[in-house]
Amino acid sequence: MTAVTLRYVRTIPLGALIGLTLTGLFVVSALFAPWIAPHGNGEIVGDVWEPLSWAHWLGTDNLGRDLLSRMLYGARTTMVIAALATTLSFSLGSILGFTAAVVGSWFDTLMSRFVDLLMSIPTLIFGLVVLSVLPSNPVTLIMVMGILDSTRVYRLSRAVAVDINAMDFVEAAKLRGESLGWIIFCEILPNALSPLVAELGLRFIFSVLFLSALSFLGLGVQPPEADWGGMVKENKDGIIFGIPAALIPAAAITTLSISVNLVADWVLTRTASLKGGRE
Amino acid sequence: MNSAILTLVAQRIALGILLLFAVSALIFVGTQILPGDVAQSILGQAATPEAVVNLRRELGLNDPATVRYFHWLGGVLTGDFGTALTSRQEITATLMPRLWNTLFLAFSAAAVAVPLAILLGLLAVRYQGGLVDKTISGLALASTSLPEFFIGYVLIFFFAVNLQWFPSISTVYDGMPFFDKLKAIVLPATVLLLAVLAHMMRMTRAAILNVMQSAYVETAELKGLSAFNVIRKHAFPNAIAPIINVVMLNLAYLIVGVVVVEVIFVYPGMGQYLVDHVTKRDVPVVQAIGLIFAAVYIGLNIVADIASILTNPRLRHPK
Repeated sequence: MTAVTLRYVRTIPLGALIGLTLTGLFVVSALFAPWIAPHGNGEIVGDVWEPLSWAHWLGTDNLGRDLLSRMLYGARTTMVIAALATTLSFSLGSILGFTAAVVGSWFDTLMSRFVDLLMSIPTLIFGLVVLSVLPSNPVTLIMVMGILDSTRVYRLSRAVAVDINAMDFVEAAKLRGESLGWIIFCEILPNALSPLVAELGLRFIFSVLFLSALSFLGLGVQPPEADWGGMVKENKDGIIFGIPAALIPAAAITTLSISVNLVADWVLTRTASLKGGRE
Repeated sequence: MNSAILTLVAQRIALGILLLFAVSALIFVGTQILPGDVAQSILGQAATPEAVVNLRRELGLNDPATVRYFHWLGGVLTGDFGTALTSRQEITATLMPRLWNTLFLAFSAAAVAVPLAILLGLLAVRYQGGLVDKTISGLALASTSLPEFFIGYVLIFFFAVNLQWFPSISTVYDGMPFFDKLKAIVLPATVLLLAVLAHMMRMTRAAILNVMQSAYVETAELKGLSAFNVIRKHAFPNAIAPIINVVMLNLAYLIVGVVVVEVIFVYPGMGQYLVDHVTKRDVPVVQAIGLIFAAVYIGLNIVADIASILTNPRLRHPK
C-alpha cells in the first residue's frame, strides 16, 4: 500500500503538495484546538501585547490572552462557519441550478433573473444591508453568507446541468417516467460532480475571506468568541505602536486561502485533463 | 449604421435603469426581512414601549410595506434619502462629501492601476512563458487570497510606523491642498491597487492571447512584422473591448473594496459611514449607501457593455 501511495504522491505537483500539507495542518489544528492549545480561549495569562517568547510562542493579545491559543480556537470558528456556509450555498445553489436546468420554462427564467438581480449588488454591500437588521449570531452569518454565495453555485451548476440534460441517458430516464428527484440526484449530479468539486475550494476560500472581512468590520463573529478576522480587529491598535500581533491572524487567513487555492487549482487541472483524455 | 448602435445602447441603458429599480426594491426588502419588529430590534430589548411606538411612527412602520417603499423611492428620485435615525441629520447632505472622498480614492487607485495593468499584461504576452509571465500568474494567485486588511496593516506597519513615510490614518478634509490629499491617500490607494492589479493583468493577458491566436495575427507575423508591432497594430485594437470589460469589472470591484480599506485607514468616505451605521442599525442610512454602491456598480457594468458595443467593428459596419 505504501509503495503505491508513494508513487501517487510523487505525481502531485509541488505546489499542490504544499497546499495539501498546509490545509491539512489547519484542519488538524481546528479539530483538536481544545487539546493542543496551551491556554484557554478567554484566559488572561500575561501582560498586554507581550512579544514572542517560549512561554507564549506568538505573544499575547490586546487583553493579555495567549495569541497561539486564540489562533487555534479561531481556526475552529472561522473554518466551521465558512464550511457550513459553503455547504449551504452548495446544496441550495446546485439543487436549484439542476432543477432550473431540468424543469426549464418559467421556473428557469424566474430563478435565473432573480439570481441576476442578486448578483447585480456587490455581495459585501448586500450582506451589510441585511446584517443591519438581523441579529449578529453564527446562524444568521451562515444563512446570509450561504444564500448570497449560492448565486455563484447556481450559475455554474445550471450551466453544467443544461449540457447534461440534453444527453440521451437523461432523455431515457425521463421517458422511463423517473421522478424529478431521481433525475437530479441519480442522473445529473454524478456527472456534474467534478467541476463542482473544483469550485468547492474556491467558494470555501471566498467564505473565509467574506467572514473575515465581516468580523474585521465588527459585524461577524462577536467577542469574546475568537475568529481570525475579529482578532485582526482586536489587535489592530497595536500596529501603531509597532506591535505586529494583528498581522498574525491576517497572515493565517492568507496562508489558508493560498493553500486551498493551490489544491483547487490542481483539482481543476486534473479534472480538465481527465476530460481531455476521454474526448 | 448609427441607428443600430444607438438602439443597442439605448436598450442597454433602459435595461440598466430597470435593474436599478429592481435593486432598490431588493435593498428595501432586505431591510424588512426580520421576523418581528424592526423598531424593537433597532432599540434593543431594554427599550421602553413608548420609545418603540415613537420609533415605529417615525419610521412610518404603521403603513404597509409597499406604501413605505414608494415613499422612500419617491424621496430617492428627488435626491432626498431621508434623515438618519442616530444623528437626526439629512442623509443626502452628510453623504455628498463622503461620496466624493470615496470616488477620489477609488479613481486615484484606478488611475495608476489601469495603465500599469495593461502595460504589464502586454509585457506578459510579449514574453509569454517567461519570468514576467510566471511572476504575474503567481501574483494573481496571491492577490485573490490576500484579504485587504492584511496588505493594509503590513503597509502601515512598515511605511507608516517603522519608516514613517506616510500617515497611518488618512485624514482628508475640505480645502486641504491637493498634494497633501494625495499624500494622505497613498497607502489606501496602494492597497486597492494591489488588490486589483494582478487580476486585471491576468485578464488583460488572457484577452490579448485570445486575439493572438487568430488567423490575421498569424498573417501579420508571417509578413515579417516585429512582435511588438503585431501586438500594437493588430492584436491590441481588437482586444480593446475585452480589456475595457476587464477594467470596468475591476473598477466595480474597487468600489466594493473601498469599504474595508476605508475602515483600515479611518478614511472619511462612504464605506466607513456604511459600516458605522450598520453597527448602529441605522436603517435609512444603510439603505441609502447600499443603493448608491449598487448604482455605481451597475453603472460601471453598463459602461463596460456600451464600450464593447461601440468598439465592436462588426456592429459599426453592419452588413
